[in-house]
Amino acid sequence: MSGREMTGAAIVIKALKDQGVDTIFGYPGGAVLPIYDEIFKQEGIRHILVRHEQGAVHAAEGYARSTGKPGVVLVTSGPGATNAVTGLLDALMDSIPLVCLTGQVPTSLIGNDAFQEADTVGITRPCTKHNWLVQSADNLARTVHEAFYVATNGRPGPVVIDIPKDVQFATGTYIGPGQAVHKTYKPQVKAPTDAIAQAVAMMGAAKKPVLYTGGGVINAGPKASQLLRQLVEMTNFPITSTLMGLGAYPASGDNWLGMLGMHGTYEANNAMHDADLIVCIGARFDDRVTGRVDAFAPDAKKIHIDIDASSINKNVFVDLPVVGDCAHVLEDMIRVWRSKSVQTDKAALETWWRQVDTWRARKCLAYKKSDKTIKPQYAIERLHQLTKDRDTYITTEVGQHQMWAAQHFHFDEPNHWMTSGGLGTMGYGLPAAVGVQLAHPDALVIDIAGEASIQMMTQEMSTAIQFRLPLKVFILNNEYMGMVRQWQDLLHGGRYSQSYSEALPDFVKLAEAYGAKGIRVSDPADLDEAILEMINSPVPVIFDCLVDKKENCYPMIPSGAAHNEMILGDDEDGAEVTEEGKMLV
Amino acid sequence: MEEIIEERHTLAVLVDNEAGVLARVIGLFSGRGYNIESLTVAAVDQAAHMSRITVVTSGTPMVIQQIKAQLERLVPVHKVVDLTLQAPSVEREMALIKVACAGEKRVEALRLSDAFRARVIDTTHTSFVFEVTGAPDKLDAFIGLMRPLGLVDVSRTGVVAIARGPEAM
Repeated sequence: MSGREMTGAAIVIKALKDQGVDTIFGYPGGAVLPIYDEIFKQEGIRHILVRHEQGAVHAAEGYARSTGKPGVVLVTSGPGATNAVTGLLDALMDSIPLVCLTGQVPTSLIGNDAFQEADTVGITRPCTKHNWLVQSADNLARTVHEAFYVATNGRPGPVVIDIPKDVQFATGTYIGPGQAVHKTYKPQVKAPTDAIAQAVAMMGAAKKPVLYTGGGVINAGPKASQLLRQLVEMTNFPITSTLMGLGAYPASGDNWLGMLGMHGTYEANNAMHDADLIVCIGARFDDRVTGRVDAFAPDAKKIHIDIDASSINKNVFVDLPVVGDCAHVLEDMIRVWRSKSVQTDKAALETWWRQVDTWRARKCLAYKKSDKTIKPQYAIERLHQLTKDRDTYITTEVGQHQMWAAQHFHFDEPNHWMTSGGLGTMGYGLPAAVGVQLAHPDALVIDIAGEASIQMMTQEMSTAIQFRLPLKVFILNNEYMGMVRQWQDLLHGGRYSQSYSEALPDFVKLAEAYGAKGIRVSDPADLDEAILEMINSPVPVIFDCLVDKKENCYPMIPSGAAHNEMILGDDEDGAEVTEEGKMLV
Repeated sequence: MEEIIEERHTLAVLVDNEAGVLARVIGLFSGRGYNIESLTVAAVDQAAHMSRITVVTSGTPMVIQQIKAQLERLVPVHKVVDLTLQAPSVEREMALIKVACAGEKRVEALRLSDAFRARVIDTTHTSFVFEVTGAPDKLDAFIGLMRPLGLVDVSRTGVVAIARGPEAM
């Protein structure tokens, strides 16, 4: 044996180090004390003590999403593990690579309803990509290495390793990462050449094409974003993106249509609806994107590039599936395009662009300006303007503020936008900002929040203070769970059942209570100066931006409607929600 | 609206014989709302720690394709083969069937069991246990015939299936 004998707890730390881990987000407890003891004895890995295990997982997501490296979480058994569940599912839905280590009661007590026992592998099975219960210290090193492999290869996702306390104390043999090879999980990264050739031919022949990209491009690494930009330049196709894919193609780019989907732009959604070819790259035809499926892009041929074969033909039938990693597929497509000197139909594309320009001229993101109240869109616009020349990372919570951020904060680079897309987890943004700021200590990290969402994870301000993370929480405070209220307006006769944010804390005093800085603004004339004060503060800031209480988020495709049946901000009575639409979420 | 045609497919799934693998497969079906008509599992290669799951499911062609793709991406799954698409294949199921009866009915039960090539594997003065093997509809037919004769208990294995010809799955 080339291995070394050590305790299970020491094996865990050694394996993490050999995997290149420098940061763990966690919270101690009885069933993980041996591992915490090993953390105490070493220096290479820093442990970030959160205030709630869900915060640890979101912080690890922020860390992972902004660096491209897997995030690592360490929590105790029972409530430690169950508190992590929301974060794990969030990471699964958004394909974020995480390795979450959970303590477990000793093997002799498993099944006995022991103190802080939970069936962690049972509970986390449907909310992880894979999980393991390690029954012997000898299996520990291999399992940790395998876990990193599974989390980061193929479509990334979270994995859980459940480690009983006696296994942490027991002695086992350590093996290095190279000695642990996975026997079944070997995802296909290169797509078949005939699929590539066919895709290129279809693109060359298209008259009304649109590129529809998603988080898969970000997950495929910075090279994929570079290749995507090349492809756009080569083809001159219009490009739109999902919420998760923002930044892969720059929002300042000429071919950018803005985000598509429920709160996407008029031009993006109409382009999707009228297209004759949709090239989906690393996105999954999610219901927030397609609207009514039977009215989705009725005349378009569809190419779907995805590393996960189960994403293909799940919601929408596609004409050409291309299973592979976005970076590999884009590289091959560009190579084939060049080697065959494929020409697009320039005349048709020109007509198509003219059509797109008429949609753009609708200025769907316009809103009524005010000098009395701060419009939330205006707040985001100013935030973008005043931060765009810095290295700025944005996280969000979930709701209207999230959609306004996606619409009005324009991203030019990948990995700079962290949001909970699939699961829609309120409370994501602040802990995610903790993770981002740790990975990028000199960057400006802003959590764009709502006054309701922020209260789901406010305790992580304490983490930010402890680790001197100068992150900013920018609250669009309209005293409502705005998106809930917007749907109550649309679907429930304006009966605002439980959507008013009653008994709000004084966010300035709350900031001060944590040892952070609090800023409050309500006058649009003071906004710029206050934002600059926030940016220039070397400490964490909670910025309480009191915005127009009644503003709703447009444009919007009401549920059950098609892409060309959008409600625009200045035309609110335009569309009706069907009975069928009311059933949808 | 286009007509939705549900198809019945038999899938063979080769998996690592490890704790929780069956729960993963079943959880996938229940979590995503897929049908399970029958499911069988047993170790088939002790040395390689492999088990084979045979699952009979039904759905539209798009759903069947989804089920296969979802199964294939489970980490401990080695291989998924759609035996219905990769025809021809053979399917068998076994059932143990208890019939309690007397007199004429007893004679009739025995006579019918003979026609179905069922074996009597337990008998008392008032009952039989039959062992019958065949395609699922043959078992259904036999059980249907036993019902008026005093059927009291049925235990079925679920379908196992294998492709015809010399190749492994």
